[in-house]
Amino acid sequence: MSTLAQKKGFGAVLWDYLTTVDHKKIAILYLIAGGFFFLLGGLEAMFIRIQLAVPNNDFVSAGLYNEILTMHGTTMIFLAAMPLIFAFMNAVMPLQIGARDVAFPFLNSLGFWLFFFGGVFLNLSWFLGGAPDAGWTSYASLSIASEGHGIDFYALGLQISGAGTLIGGINFLVTIINMRAPGMTYMRMPLFTWTTFVTSALILFAFPALTVGLFLLIFDRMFGSNFFDPAMGGNTIIWEHFFWIFGHPEVYILVLPAFGIFSEIFAIFSRKRLFGYSSMVFATVLIGFLGFMVWAHHMFTTGMGPIANAIFAVATMAIAVPTGIKIFNWLFTMWGGSITFTTPMLWAIAFIPSFVAGGVTGVMLASAAQDYQYHDSYFVVAHFHYVIVGGVVFALFAGAHLYWPKMFGTMLSEFLGKITFVLFFIGFHLTFFIQHFLGLWGMPRRIFTYLPGQGFDTSNMVSTVGAFFMAAAVIILLINVVITSVKNEKVGNDPWGDGRTLEWAIPSPPPFYNFKQLPLVRGLDAYWLEKMEGKKGMSPAEPLGDIHMPNNSFVPFVISFGLFVAAFGAMYHNEHSWGIPVLIVGMLITLGSMFVRSVKDDHGYHIHKEDLEDNNDKGVKA
Amino acid sequence: MANQQPNSGNPRVDIEYRRKKSAEEMRHQVITFALMIFLTIVAFVAAGYEGFSGWFVVPFILILALVQVVFQLYYFMHMSHKGHEAPAMFLYSGAFVGFITIIAFLTVIWW
Repeated sequence: MSTLAQKKGFGAVLWDYLTTVDHKKIAILYLIAGGFFFLLGGLEAMFIRIQLAVPNNDFVSAGLYNEILTMHGTTMIFLAAMPLIFAFMNAVMPLQIGARDVAFPFLNSLGFWLFFFGGVFLNLSWFLGGAPDAGWTSYASLSIASEGHGIDFYALGLQISGAGTLIGGINFLVTIINMRAPGMTYMRMPLFTWTTFVTSALILFAFPALTVGLFLLIFDRMFGSNFFDPAMGGNTIIWEHFFWIFGHPEVYILVLPAFGIFSEIFAIFSRKRLFGYSSMVFATVLIGFLGFMVWAHHMFTTGMGPIANAIFAVATMAIAVPTGIKIFNWLFTMWGGSITFTTPMLWAIAFIPSFVAGGVTGVMLASAAQDYQYHDSYFVVAHFHYVIVGGVVFALFAGAHLYWPKMFGTMLSEFLGKITFVLFFIGFHLTFFIQHFLGLWGMPRRIFTYLPGQGFDTSNMVSTVGAFFMAAAVIILLINVVITSVKNEKVGNDPWGDGRTLEWAIPSPPPFYNFKQLPLVRGLDAYWLEKMEGKKGMSPAEPLGDIHMPNNSFVPFVISFGLFVAAFGAMYHNEHSWGIPVLIVGMLITLGSMFVRSVKDDHGYHIHKEDLEDNNDKGVKA
Repeated sequence: MANQQPNSGNPRVDIEYRRKKSAEEMRHQVITFALMIFLTIVAFVAAGYEGFSGWFVVPFILILALVQVVFQLYYFMHMSHKGHEAPAMFLYSGAFVGFITIIAFLTVIWW
């Protein structure tokens, strides 16, 4: 019996995705869910810019503005950027190391559903009495004082989705350590795999700090403890430290995979080996290490004293060194290369000056004495949008165009892709460049309006116009996606023609077992190496044999759903008597499904050798 | 490897070598076990003896605890064997991050 491509109805496809443990399908789930939250966060950004377009505007009220602003930051970081990064990690990393799946396919699915239910829970706050309104950092004094359930949604929702992220990170670590194809040594791993590795390690070490902080917040708000209440002997600064011990590595968690995607793009479209591969690896690891030494630079003005401020200032500036190494390596990769200006390459080239601008303001902010001037002004807003949009979002757009054929088997239109790029690039700089000056002129962050005649009027209008350019760019990308899906013109293994790494050696999209025979890796850029020797594909490292595959499972969905139910119980138990029973029922659903998973033997199934021989046109050619 | 069973059916297995390795392993475990019990007794005595002040006893017991953790990891959980480099690296990185956090909390928040 062949389990390959059969026509399925909508219900069967839906059930397939709800139960899938295949890393490629989970990648698509992450892409869809992350894309949805990205649009939501973008909508919130548009509301912010419309409100600030003219002085004394009343498009939204002050309270609603706080909620929109908080949800914009929270959604973009936790529910859009992270899952979209995870989408590419899931789609590409196992293929790049020549693995048939991640190490724990079940956990991969569980990670996605936890993130999804956490995100849905957080966004339900809009309909259930108001969203969180204490900023995405949710500093304790403010968040403890916040009325209603907004902050409860924040704490519980992020707790659930954070657990999913932690699970995903551990899964990627084990995959990269244990499942590399024969010959794939650490120093032959593609740079995107390296950045995934370091990022996953950062997730492993940084997320526990958030988990602890969120638990303390949950207990303070819902169960009567006083960790953050100075009047009761608590300390409100603890939250800030916990948050930033997590929060600073978090920005590297976002930007390192972006660096990885760009490293692949520069090498592919310059038709050259990545310049200084080993120094790139070194710089990635060093950035990951230093990322843990600098969190308090977010807190220079909280009064830590001159010694702590000086230490954290110097440590922060040190990060510019490995980042600079990377920038030069990318430039030297292009130097003398045969460059083709495809859409991904355009994003990559535009990334360098945009991100460097954000890095320079970062070093300015790192200087503690100067930071007293910049703190809580629009200068900071401009800085982190330059690094996160100019670094991460550019990489997500570039990655979407680059890996679309590998994920879906079709090419996004290059013409529309370039229009998206031009509009977004113009809009991005129009929106955020002027905000540096707004900050220096004294416009504070997180204000819902300002008075006329302070010199902010024109600049804010310019900024808003830029935001509309970015919105138009995203709409064109969506149209591009729809047109491409409707046309459905399938492409071959290596649609860009210059693929260097293993993922381009197998069909687009890859068969569900990825590699019919595990490939033999003979060096960095394994596929390129074979192509240069005139071979059509990878040499297999093993004879054709049965492939062991995991069964689909609905249990991850149920485990996550249980926590989703329990979160409602925890939130409402103070005012409704049904709170505690709901909390217990939710936990029972979760623990019960975990129990089922533990006692039920599921050994998976085998794809037999004979079935693999049936379709010789798929998989690795010998 | 030394921690595999000698009856694997592989004709190339050097049973003599395996036996010697296992015996050595066993000797290490027994010695470590005895040492750990001894350290535990020392800790109890230090806590029970009234002549020592708290400023001596607390760091002293912490150091003993650290030694015990190392024994546990390297001799009973086989971290001294080959193939444990990645777990060791992550263990130490995690301990390092935790240590930094505690140091920061002790020095910056409640100095």
